[in-house]
Amino acid sequence: MPAMPAPPGSDPQAKLEFINQWFASGVPHNRELGVHAIGVHATGITSELPYADRLVGNPETGFLHGGAITTVLDATCGVSVLIALRKPLRIATLDLRIDYLKPTTPRSNVLCKADCYKITRHVAFVRGIAHHGDEADPIASAAGTFMIFGSRLTGNKDKDAS
Amino acid sequence: MRMLDAIAAAREADNLDALVSLIPYTQFMGISMQVRDGDVFGKLAFADHLIGNATLPALHGGTIGALLESTAVFKLLWQAETLAIPKTINITVEYLRSGKAQDTLARAEFTRQGRRVANVRAIAYQDDPDRPIAAANAHFLLIRDDD
Repeated sequence: MPAMPAPPGSDPQAKLEFINQWFASGVPHNRELGVHAIGVHATGITSELPYADRLVGNPETGFLHGGAITTVLDATCGVSVLIALRKPLRIATLDLRIDYLKPTTPRSNVLCKADCYKITRHVAFVRGIAHHGDEADPIASAAGTFMIFGSRLTGNKDKDAS
Repeated sequence: MRMLDAIAAAREADNLDALVSLIPYTQFMGISMQVRDGDVFGKLAFADHLIGNATLPALHGGTIGALLESTAVFKLLWQAETLAIPKTINITVEYLRSGKAQDTLARAEFTRQGRRVANVRAIAYQDDPDRPIAAANAHFLLIRDDD
């Protein structure tokens, strides 16, 4: 993921617009799916994936495909690391684990909330959940680790491009 | 065509196209499945909307995860004892290299297939199968007639 400058000021609406310029408009696949940030906190964001028929993975049940859930959780966890970093650094997903806790409700939007709860010199740790509006009743949970490149501490030596 | 009939027809015809075409998400993503040498190969045909990092450019990590999970699911539909689309319990995707703006292939193998649960390992690659861009471990719940 390319570096994102720290969102300016303290006005939540301005912050959201800034994040969405990068997150919703600047990332082609997020733009294609209509994934956008609807909330921001100190260590992450809440995003929304609008329901679309083309995201269905099981036509007999109407459940969304796991790939769509993975995509929105990956994107939401990644941008949450960038928020928590507060510095324009490049990151790359090392791994992402998704637990599918229950099927999606047909024809419903998916909300994702992620929290980057630990940052070390080179690695950031994130957890996230996907739900339909009630965080206490999640569809899926995620745990991800992200590599941080080019922080001042690492001397900008990392050349891996991803 | 009902899913159960489509699964039987795909196994009979050595061809997964009709089954894949029943899944809206794989259609939208440009994911297809080929049966070759008795194995299932997934393919994510490159399209501009699959990009996650426009600067490099590189594929969105979620699209690679989707290819890996789909390939595992179709391998199960192809070879495992399941009467419907298996339910993914969980999947861990390791991202090994950035996915270039080109077609991506994937294959899957069962590390264990039990009565109820299948453990599947899948890898995704572009130019060279020995240089995977991502690997996944996943658990699936098989759907059987005694459910």
